[in-house]
Amino acid sequence: MGRNDALFQFLLRLGDNTLILSHRVSQWCGHGPVLEEDIALANTALDLIGQTQLWLGLAGEIEGNGRSADDLAYLRDAWDFRNLLLVERPNGDFGQTMMRQFLFDAWQVLMLERLMGSGDARVAAIAEKASKEAAYHLERSSGTVIGLGDGTEESHRRMQAALEDLWPYSGEMFVGDEVDEVLAQAGIAPDAGSLKEEWEQMVGNVLAEATLSVPGAAYVQKGGKSGVHTEHLGFVLAEMQFLQRAYPGASW
Amino acid sequence: MYAQMVKTSGSGVKSRSEMGAQEQAFQARIDAGDKIEPRDWMPDEYRKTLIRQIGQHAHSEIVGQLPEGNWITRAPTLERKAILLAKVQDEAGHGLYLYCAAETLGVSRDELLTELHAGRMKYSSIFNYPTLNWADIGAVGWLVDGAAIVNQVALQRTSYGPYSRAMVRICKEESFHARQGFVIMMKMASGTPAQRAMAQDALDRLWYPSLMMFGPSDKDSVHSEQSMAWKIKVKSNDELRQKYVDQTIPQIEYLGLKCPDADIRWNGEKGGYDFSEPDWAEFYEVIKGNGPCNKERLGARVKAWDDGEWVRDGLMAHAQKKAAAKHAAAQEGSGNVE
Repeated sequence: MGRNDALFQFLLRLGDNTLILSHRVSQWCGHGPVLEEDIALANTALDLIGQTQLWLGLAGEIEGNGRSADDLAYLRDAWDFRNLLLVERPNGDFGQTMMRQFLFDAWQVLMLERLMGSGDARVAAIAEKASKEAAYHLERSSGTVIGLGDGTEESHRRMQAALEDLWPYSGEMFVGDEVDEVLAQAGIAPDAGSLKEEWEQMVGNVLAEATLSVPGAAYVQKGGKSGVHTEHLGFVLAEMQFLQRAYPGASW
Repeated sequence: MYAQMVKTSGSGVKSRSEMGAQEQAFQARIDAGDKIEPRDWMPDEYRKTLIRQIGQHAHSEIVGQLPEGNWITRAPTLERKAILLAKVQDEAGHGLYLYCAAETLGVSRDELLTELHAGRMKYSSIFNYPTLNWADIGAVGWLVDGAAIVNQVALQRTSYGPYSRAMVRICKEESFHARQGFVIMMKMASGTPAQRAMAQDALDRLWYPSLMMFGPSDKDSVHSEQSMAWKIKVKSNDELRQKYVDQTIPQIEYLGLKCPDADIRWNGEKGGYDFSEPDWAEFYEVIKGNGPCNKERLGARVKAWDDGEWVRDGLMAHAQKKAAAKHAAAQEGSGNVE
């Protein structure tokens, strides 16, 4: 695999993660448990869309076929999406949404930190911009996981259930493939597995403070990074892409 | 207008001779254009009327997230999605300022929400209409926020200080919302035949409901007189509606769309447009709960509140544990010093 092909795939992974997670988070708009959370969720979704525009914009540039960020977001089918399965998990209750956010944020913070030192200046620049937002997202999602984990009996029970439900989807973040290897060798992106230890420590500390027990080793649910998704993604795309598909070529 | 048919407390406008000394002094301050601040003396009826109006306004902002939120996941481009998310986030922020303004009158946000959820407090009738195609998102910004601005610009001069200041801030953001709505309408109106049809459809459905936002005609507006004497309300429903129609008709023409009111005529004598009244029977039905989306809108808010109870309880319990731990540590610390 050539370096450009690998970089294109890698940028799709980053952009698709933020796009699909933003879609999920935006579904909360107007339905949050308290007004401040409504605002914070919309803000998170907004940050993630901004990051999507940057990552997918660069992906289109690297691909060199004239596809814009919008073309990539709205005119690919599910098998061409490269996001982690974790981010397409349905929202569930507020606890599941925030646990999913926390597991992702912790990984994203570490990934962006490494990418800030990328050998590709364009990647490094986007990572730097996104890292400030990611740090804030992590601060907030950690705080919520701690507050609800160490809250009432019910909130504790729900957060433990959310953690166990999502844990098998966290392993995919650290499973590398040829794309990761090519880019690691080129000094553009870190080796996927290299983030694992730090992530486990970071997540472990928060979960301990949240009085939640880290699930044991789970079978890793994976496939998203290579385009094999869960049944949920098709419905996300059917909704998201509706106008672009129904009225091709229109300018909005 | 985000507050309609706000019931005014009291039994009509009092003459000076019916007022006590305190009330006379209060009315004199209002007449002189002073702002009333939270710690100032105010008649109970003034306080109650303001709580109703600001509360209804706040509820409108948060219920108003729903019809627009309806299209966030289907926004046609990443940029449109980002703008819409930012806009809906602003509306929630407006709700927050307004609940805070109401709190200065001695009513908590939770109390106001309880009233909303029980159906005892209202929100603007406009949000009981559906957003059925993408141009509705343009039309909501252009017409609904446009109408809200006409009302809220006037309310910047309202007599209660915190409400007036909230309006100044909100108006700035609403102007941005109205402009982005108009930009969507321009795109749609100059787009493909299907897009033009969406734009016309949105205007056809939202024109009369946007006129209803100002509330009933002055001759039928039973609560206005006292609110105007207190300068809680600064201009009459009909004055504001006229202003809105006068500014909007040229915009409809600019877009090349057709106003659903066939009787629109420029009236040189009054210097404004003559236009048809909306169907007030429909308006009263919507207010009573029989609009196309009343059940969904209120149902969604009640569900969000009920489903969120464990979250609020959990976070509260955690905060209390932290505070107790801090207190215990401080006690131990002071013990050591001794």
